[in-house]
Amino acid sequence: MSNAFHNLKVMSRLDLTRRAVALLKHDEAVIGGIGNANFDLWETGQRPQNFYMLGSMGLTIPIALGVAIAQPKRHVVALEGDGSLLMQLGCLTTVAMQAPKNLTMVVWDNGIYQITGSQPTASKSTADIVAIARGAGIANSAWAADEDEFEKLMVRALDGGGPSLIAARIDGEPGVGKTERDPVAIRASFMRGIAAKK
Amino acid sequence: MSQTTAAPADKPWHEIVLATLKANDVKLIVYVPDRVLTRLIAALHADAFFTVFAATREEEAIGVISGAYMAGLRGAVLMQTSGFATLPNALASLVAPSQIPALLFVSERGTLGEFNLGQALVAKTMRPVLDALAIENHTITRHDELAFIVDRSIKQAYATQAPVVFILSPLLTGGKVFAA
Repeated sequence: MSNAFHNLKVMSRLDLTRRAVALLKHDEAVIGGIGNANFDLWETGQRPQNFYMLGSMGLTIPIALGVAIAQPKRHVVALEGDGSLLMQLGCLTTVAMQAPKNLTMVVWDNGIYQITGSQPTASKSTADIVAIARGAGIANSAWAADEDEFEKLMVRALDGGGPSLIAARIDGEPGVGKTERDPVAIRASFMRGIAAKK
Repeated sequence: MSQTTAAPADKPWHEIVLATLKANDVKLIVYVPDRVLTRLIAALHADAFFTVFAATREEEAIGVISGAYMAGLRGAVLMQTSGFATLPNALASLVAPSQIPALLFVSERGTLGEFNLGQALVAKTMRPVLDALAIENHTITRHDELAFIVDRSIKQAYATQAPVVFILSPLLTGGKVFAA
C-alpha cells in the first residue's frame, strides 16, 4: 500500500529545528525528545527554556503537556521522533481531551529507529502519524510539505489556538549536537529558564 | 501549609489523603483508574482545587507530573500495583536521575486475599524495584498513621527533590475482594 504522505519532501531535522527555534519570540519552552531530537535542539544553541531528555523514551509529549498545564501563558513545543511517539500513542488522546491551547507537537518522521541501527518504524510503510493524531482528536494536525509550509504551520501553532501537531518527513541523518549528560543540571537550568526556580 | 497532625479518626482514608494533598499544595492529579481508589478519584474530581485527569498509561502520568513540577506545579500519580510494574524505565531514566519529587500513590493488590495469580506475581516486583532505585517508599497499613506518613513524606520529597511512593495496603483501604 502506498500512502500519500510518502510523496512529501524529505527534509533535514537540524535545518527544521533551526527554523522552529528562530520563530520562538516569547521564551517558549521546548522539550527535546530522547536522542536525535534533542541532539539537534542542543546544536541550535542552549536556550534556558530548553529541556533535553536523556531517557524515558516516549515521554516527550507527556512532559510538554505537564509544562503546558502548569504554565498556561507560556507556549510549549515538544520535538519528538516517530519511533518514540509510536511507543506512547495514547498520550495524543490525553492531549486532545485536555486540549491545552499552548502546546505544539512536532514529529520528526524518518521512518526508522535511526539511533539503534535504522530499523524500520511502522511509519515507514503503513502508519500515518497525522492521521493517527487526527483520529486521537487533535484536529490541528498536518504534514509539512516543505520547509516553507513547516514555518507557516509553526507560526500558526504558536499563535495558541489549541493543541497542534506538525509532522515532517526527514532524512536518516543522525543528530549533530552532543547534549550535556547531566540530568540534574538540565532540570535546574530549565526550571530557571521558565521561572519555576530562582 | 498545615503542620502534621494526628489523623482524625472519623474521616475515611481517602478524605485524609485528599486533605493532605491540599494542605501541601499538590494540585495536579493524574491517574490510571483503580477500583479501590474510586472514591478518592471521585472526590478529587469534585474539588475545584485540583486539576484531575486520567492518563492512558502510568508512565505517561509520570511524564505529565514531571513536566508540571519543572514548571512550578506540584503533582501526584495514582495507580494500582500492576500499573507500577510498567514504571521502572520512567523512574530510572527520568524521575530518579533528574531528582524530581514525584508523588506516587499505589493501591496495593496481590496480597492479603488476592484472587488473581497475575496480580499476586506482579506485586512481588514492586518493592525490589523501589529498593534497587533507592526510592523512598512507605506501605501504609494503619489509619492513624496515614496523615503523618503522607504529610511528612510529601514535605521531605520537595525539600530533598526526591520521589516518594505510598503503597496503600488493603489493611488501610479494604482492598479489592473476590465476588464469590
